[in-house]
Amino acid sequence: MAKELIRFENITKSFDGSSVLKDLNLSIHENEFVTLLGPSGCGKTTTLRILGGFESPDSGRVIFDGEDITHLPPNKRQLNTVFQKYALFTHMSVAENIAFGLKIKGHDKDTIRDRIAYSLKLVGLEGYEDRAPSSLSGGQQQRIAIARAIVNEPKVLLLDEPLGALDLKLRQGMQYELIRLKEELGITFVYVTHDQEEALTMSDTVVVMNQGIIQQIGTPEDIYNEPQNAFVADFIGESNLLDGIMVRDCLVSLNGLEMPCVDTGFGENNPVDVVIRPEDVELDASGAGQTTGTVTSIVFKGVHWEIRVDSVIGITFLVQTTEHFPVGSKVGISVDPYNIQIMNKPSREDEQVFDQDEAPQGETYES
Amino acid sequence: MTTKTLGRIYIALIMVFLYAPIAVLIVLSFNASRSRVVWGGFTLEWYSALVSNSSIMNALWTTFGLAFISALISSVIGLLGSIGIYSMRRRGYRLMLFATNIPMINADIVTGIALLLWFVRFLPLGFTSVLLAHVTFNLPYVILCILPKLRDMDIYQYEAALDLGAGEAYAFVRILMPQILPGVLSGFLMAVTMSMDDFVITYFTKGAGVNTLSTLIYGEIRKGIKPEMYALSTVLFFIVLLLLMLVNLPYDRIDLHKCLKRLKIKFFCAK
Repeated sequence: MAKELIRFENITKSFDGSSVLKDLNLSIHENEFVTLLGPSGCGKTTTLRILGGFESPDSGRVIFDGEDITHLPPNKRQLNTVFQKYALFTHMSVAENIAFGLKIKGHDKDTIRDRIAYSLKLVGLEGYEDRAPSSLSGGQQQRIAIARAIVNEPKVLLLDEPLGALDLKLRQGMQYELIRLKEELGITFVYVTHDQEEALTMSDTVVVMNQGIIQQIGTPEDIYNEPQNAFVADFIGESNLLDGIMVRDCLVSLNGLEMPCVDTGFGENNPVDVVIRPEDVELDASGAGQTTGTVTSIVFKGVHWEIRVDSVIGITFLVQTTEHFPVGSKVGISVDPYNIQIMNKPSREDEQVFDQDEAPQGETYES
Repeated sequence: MTTKTLGRIYIALIMVFLYAPIAVLIVLSFNASRSRVVWGGFTLEWYSALVSNSSIMNALWTTFGLAFISALISSVIGLLGSIGIYSMRRRGYRLMLFATNIPMINADIVTGIALLLWFVRFLPLGFTSVLLAHVTFNLPYVILCILPKLRDMDIYQYEAALDLGAGEAYAFVRILMPQILPGVLSGFLMAVTMSMDDFVITYFTKGAGVNTLSTLIYGEIRKGIKPEMYALSTVLFFIVLLLLMLVNLPYDRIDLHKCLKRLKIKFFCAK
């Protein structure tokens, strides 16, 4: 693996007595695309702001390239931020915006002009030098904000929900742009979002956070296929999150129905959480399978049908399939052992399924 | 008759009641006859008498000087104060705003007497005491003009400037000042207007020998109303009117930065 560039060591932070980050430890490597993912109030933006130098932690250290930068002001750090609401300087032209950092560093006029042109080309807005930021669309403003940051050749680019204000189509386009930019520039990206799809699409590493605690760190595939607790399973993608009893290694019981799986090490007759992704539930029109059930609803979602099946073991399965099963039809239900993911029951509140209504409201900087 | 016409008549009546007395004053200032009921023909005699009267001209310059200097001082203090109040937490914010508003709602006569008592103890009455008094009552207006601008300002722009390597002072001057400058400007003009408008507080704090236009007019009128006073009041009315129009200019829509650039005020422009 590449060299470690940033390390958070035992970071804690609270605002007005409510704890936002609880003993956070995280390593970020050179040229890595790291996404901090979680619901609002989970501490992801605070983590980014501590890295940017806009907040200082109550305790713990931030190490950057081997140096302790915990108390270094933002203007002395070798990283640049793309803010959630762009934060373009409204009283300056596009070129003046991009030149802001370069002028402070004392580059000469020709260099500045070349670098402006280069960065505008990178974000696909050549010839926009003299435009006023207010005359640009949201997507264009976002690109200028990115150009203004990368023109300074930072070692790390911090992005705080940069696509949050864009519409779906534009957002998807920008996701590919960001991946391309990262490849071209070869710098580290630290990205904050609450959008799990965005996180899975772009990242090398996803850091899932809840209530100021890191729940899981892994590749998008790991996070999706092997969630470590109920919170992660529920937050990433859709899932059937079921109560089960681990009978013994490789055998789990769902309401008495024993299903073979591949997980080991959960003891015998222990209560566990079982995750089955909707696309992994197989239905059979002839009724053959591990159990049977009745289709209670079917909704067309474009790529697939989303079906609810009430099974005879008393569990309602959410199923995604390209086949059509009419409401009321009896179907067989089966799941491949490899597609059953077993997790320990949550031992703490932050590992539980996220409830929108109970989201902590303490954090000021997230919308 | 439609409601529309009724509405128009109502508006017209309000306008008449509001402005007819001032209109009469303006007309009388051009009246050649000294009588208040007879029109003796058009004259500029009273205006020329104004210009040649040294005590009136002195009062005029005192008024202007007082207005300008007190507005300048209160703009600076008000700007710093507003930034302080803006950064307070909610309770301090409310408390400070309340304290700031007291001089504005307080009866002028109370402020005037209070300041008089204070000055008599510490300071000889004169231009300085009037100036301090004017700064005192100008401050709330300046703060009320600047605070909304601070609240509207995009604090992330300031953070972005720091992020791009700017020091705090540089980021303040280059990024925050242009955003709140319209508020500072209208606060300044508001202060000029308030200062020129004031009579009561000036009257109590001025001491002997110092006169602004309003205290001078008051003094003269006690000896009997002279037509020069009509002319002087007319001049004062138009100056204040002009200032009010300046205060109400749509500064947000005017690109101040471009104006400053054109005026070659390099301070706020690109390095």
